[in-house]
Amino acid sequence: MTRVMPERPQQPRPPAPAETHPPLTTDVVVTGGLARRGQPLLPRIGRTVWSTLVGIGIVISHAWRSRDTVQYPEEMVYLPPRYRGRIILSRDPDGEERCVACYLCSAACPVDCIALQATTDENGRRYPEWFRINFSRCIFCGFCEDACPTYAIQLTPDVEMSEYERSSMVYEKEDLLISGPGKYHEHDFYRVAGLAIGGKGKGEAENEAPPSDVRGLLP
Amino acid sequence: MTVPAGAVVAALPAWVGPLATVLGVLIVVLSLAAGLIWYERRLLALVQDRHGPNRVGPAGLLQVLADTFKILFKEDWVPPFADRSVFVVAPSIVFATALLSFMVVPVAEGIVVADMDVGLLFVLAMSSLAVYSVVLAGWASRSKYSLIGGLRAAAQMVSYEVFMGLSLVGVITLAGSFNLSDIVAGQQRSVYYVFPQFIGFVIFLVAGLAETRRIPFDLVEAESELVAGYHTEYSGMKFGLFLVGEYVAITLVSALIVTLFFGGWLGPWLPDVVWFLLKTFVFITLFIVIRGTFPRVRYDQLMALGWKALLPLSLLNLLITGAIVVARAG
Repeated sequence: MTRVMPERPQQPRPPAPAETHPPLTTDVVVTGGLARRGQPLLPRIGRTVWSTLVGIGIVISHAWRSRDTVQYPEEMVYLPPRYRGRIILSRDPDGEERCVACYLCSAACPVDCIALQATTDENGRRYPEWFRINFSRCIFCGFCEDACPTYAIQLTPDVEMSEYERSSMVYEKEDLLISGPGKYHEHDFYRVAGLAIGGKGKGEAENEAPPSDVRGLLP
Repeated sequence: MTVPAGAVVAALPAWVGPLATVLGVLIVVLSLAAGLIWYERRLLALVQDRHGPNRVGPAGLLQVLADTFKILFKEDWVPPFADRSVFVVAPSIVFATALLSFMVVPVAEGIVVADMDVGLLFVLAMSSLAVYSVVLAGWASRSKYSLIGGLRAAAQMVSYEVFMGLSLVGVITLAGSFNLSDIVAGQQRSVYYVFPQFIGFVIFLVAGLAETRRIPFDLVEAESELVAGYHTEYSGMKFGLFLVGEYVAITLVSALIVTLFFGGWLGPWLPDVVWFLLKTFVFITLFIVIRGTFPRVRYDQLMALGWKALLPLSLLNLLITGAIVVARAG
């Protein structure tokens, strides 16, 4: 079941916003204190009228402030790099799939929106035969990313996922898999893990000593 | 060969001029009231650091059209528990009275639909009739929110009618006429009546806010407590009539303030009508800015302000004005 993904227009991510507003304390204008009961009548009226006029003045002055609204389709909202948005599957630096189909993301998912089927390639390396995320269920909690031992599944700062049909919200592996390593550029699970697979024996990974021969008696 | 404009006007039948005035005033007022919906939303957004409706058409101007179509195509629904005939009639009253009041407002020298000698009384009478609309709408809806809204409307509008009338007596005394054209002419002879009648102007402004049920005095439709007050049960174009009626009323009060206190069409260089519209627009803007500024007053504050502050003040104003006029007449 393959599906052609619609072309996603890649908008350049806007820079992180600087402070656009002056601090709100500029609104505090000395109005000569509040009008209160018990004060003489004339100053009370004077203060009331004055603070009324000051109020109108402040409101009018806001016409020249910068706008808080982000004009969304033309102007993009700044989303931090670790924003929890659309989920992707990343590849290791060699371009191989990172996912080892351990089912941990699927188990961690509180809404059961992740489904996959594990299989192995000719080197004995595990990978998902298919991998499916139902985004109409996904709550973007990021538990799958936390659970993933290989940094394969990652959440990205993209929220533009509207579809006209509910079935279009189901993303297959082809839709999820990206070409790069995502947030962790150098990480390669098989290079640091002590697992023996085709082309790499036990103890040959980074920061790893060869396994000791537990049956040998000599020190 | 060019024909002078005066000759063309003289050659037309006698009924063309009045008809053109009626149609002109009607069309301008109605389109202005519709445009105010857009203007108010944009202006409120402006003072609240937002943009407001800016998507439909240039600067969002076609939003008015879109809203009109939306409201026209909505189902014309009368709740089964409502008092049907009264329910249907009520919205048209507020609309009709506001439009009728425009009859006596002179837009420029000689351009007035009905040059009544009791023009100002007519306006006050129409504004009294408008109370019925709100009260009956609240009553006929047979819903608790509507009823409370209607009750508040009755108390509020009847109270503020008193000061509205009293605050204008000073102007009438100065001009010596109820005719709005005469009042403007009187200001041409002396000064704009806002100077001798500043207190009257302020009272009329506040009373106008209360009569149009605008924000510091919108207890009638207080959305935080009464859902939508007297028009809770209204939808579709019947609600639209209330909405447009409110904007016509705002335009009316602004036009009246301009006519009574700011010299109506008087002004240098520009044509009369332009001056009148410009001045009216300033007050419409003021009304909207006031809406953007103030919170809703409490009910007891509303009544206290009216009866304890504005009533004595307007009577005092009347007394002083009368004394000065009598002393001058010697």
